[in-house]
Amino acid sequence: MQRLARISFQTSGGSTTQRTLFAYVRMALGQTFGYSALLLVAVISLLPLAWMISTSLKAFGREFLFPPQWIPNPVVFGNYITAFETSNLARYFGNTLMIAVLATLGTVLSSSLVAFGFARLEFFGKRVLFVILLSTLMLPGIVTLVPTFVLFKTLGWIDTPLPLIVPWWFGGGAFGGAFFVFLIRQFMLQLPRELDEAALVDGASYFRIYWRIMLPLSKPALAASAIFSFIHHWNDFLNPLIFLNSEEWRTLALYLRFFLYTEAGGGAGLTRWNLMMAASVVMLLPVLVIFFSAQRYFIRGVALTGIAGR
Amino acid sequence: MASHTAQLRPTPPAKTGLRSVRWRRHLIGYLFISPWIAGFALFTAFPMIYSLFLSFTKYDLLGPPEFVGFSNFERMVSDHLFLTALGNTAFYTLLAVPIQLLLALIMALLLNQKLRGINVFRTALYLPTVTPTVAFVVLFVYMYNPEFGIFNAILGWFGIPKLGWLTDPNLAKPAFIIMSLWHVGGQMVIFLAGLQAVPEALVEAASIDGAGKLRRFWHVTVPMISPVIFFNLVLGIIGSFQVFASAYIATNGGPKHATLFYVLWMYRHAFENFRMGYAATLGWVLLGVILLFTLIQFAVSRRWVYYEGEGA
Repeated sequence: MQRLARISFQTSGGSTTQRTLFAYVRMALGQTFGYSALLLVAVISLLPLAWMISTSLKAFGREFLFPPQWIPNPVVFGNYITAFETSNLARYFGNTLMIAVLATLGTVLSSSLVAFGFARLEFFGKRVLFVILLSTLMLPGIVTLVPTFVLFKTLGWIDTPLPLIVPWWFGGGAFGGAFFVFLIRQFMLQLPRELDEAALVDGASYFRIYWRIMLPLSKPALAASAIFSFIHHWNDFLNPLIFLNSEEWRTLALYLRFFLYTEAGGGAGLTRWNLMMAASVVMLLPVLVIFFSAQRYFIRGVALTGIAGR
Repeated sequence: MASHTAQLRPTPPAKTGLRSVRWRRHLIGYLFISPWIAGFALFTAFPMIYSLFLSFTKYDLLGPPEFVGFSNFERMVSDHLFLTALGNTAFYTLLAVPIQLLLALIMALLLNQKLRGINVFRTALYLPTVTPTVAFVVLFVYMYNPEFGIFNAILGWFGIPKLGWLTDPNLAKPAFIIMSLWHVGGQMVIFLAGLQAVPEALVEAASIDGAGKLRRFWHVTVPMISPVIFFNLVLGIIGSFQVFASAYIATNGGPKHATLFYVLWMYRHAFENFRMGYAATLGWVLLGVILLFTLIQFAVSRRWVYYEGEGA
């Protein structure tokens, strides 16, 4: 909001009268350059996605034309129906959704609990523990790939969604999960302390303060965490690849890869790209919906963690 | 959860001494962070120690791990694919990360302009980053197709003949680097936040002193955002060393091992040939390499990263 106000002040403010014509022309030129450069980058940035959607609407055979057909003619919406009819796409969608939702729920609940501890409570070794928590963010997750596989195999969890969900209920203990604790803690630190002190004087327990005061106030950070987490799990490929193998639990990410290698059928070069792209758009859609409906939180969230570098 | 509430209620100080109240506070702190402590022990600390143990064993998941001393390490050194995989990964990382950061910084600078409708552009530039990796890789396999891909179509406008992006060993790694450039939104937004935190007074002061645009950028903006550059650099390198999905899906390591990246190679040993001990060794060696790179960066950072409040 503040930023917006500043921008409108700069562009529509009455300062032009004070400026010399020369300065005005310079500014106009600068803006034109700014817009053109942005437009060029934006077009390049969105080109692959546009191409994905365009291909998903092409009649069979048209996706192999060269030079390529930029706008599909005829437009075949039926590709989406075919994509669902010729595979268990609905099931894979459901699997992915379930995993992403349950893992996200665990992440937000448990990470906020831990974040509250680090933001508001005093205990022995807090600093050291927090440094350990942060340093796990710099550890390459690949090191634990083999041992966690062995662990989950011993537990009999291979080919169930449990390895993809349960670790995320442990307050950032899962690899990379510390990110969420950090994000929520950063946000909680900037909330006024008077609030919880007043509640404490009134005899509220710490859990009550966490649940009734801090959580509602931390909504922007929780929302950002939920979005990051959901998109992370929705898009994840490596973990499902390792922990799931039957068709029953296949996720969308696994299916797309599977489609490329097997259902492509009929030898090289005969991949049904239009169906493939339709399935990709289906996978992309929930991410887009979330991204557009919660963009504010999303970008603020990235920025909040970026301050970590300072 | 309900039992927590009961436990966490502060006891009246009259009943117990001041000391036990203090103890209680520590205990409550630990209760709140206990999910992380348990998770850290189970899913980070234990796996790391266990994998260190496994790296001295031969383990195929059928029988128990069998202690073999340093033979996994000896085997790795004599494995002709070790240097190939490590070299491919280092090549990819050292080329991709600087290009990614430069692009992200340029995009952030463009987005830092005071222009109307800038939010629309911010969305457009960030959007590809949230695209699922698999969908994106599959899409690029299609776009890189030598016969009917749009990359070759666009090159055709400039009279450049069709290229075998993913089939030519010399082009495969650059093709992956180009693909990675659509996923720099995270770095871009972090740069943008850094740029917006640069005090305007500082830039204006330099301007009054007669510094031109370029000088202002190089002598004021860059030092002020150097911590953010450092942050993106360190995490970018850690991430790039673990590149996997794109190579696994698009080329499966080919052509001629040109995209056999380290993690892909490790994955094959672990989950295709079930050499868990050897794979654990490879994991620890990668950890060492990444750690080395990170430490070097931290050491060098003293020379170029500027932190406010540390004195000039």
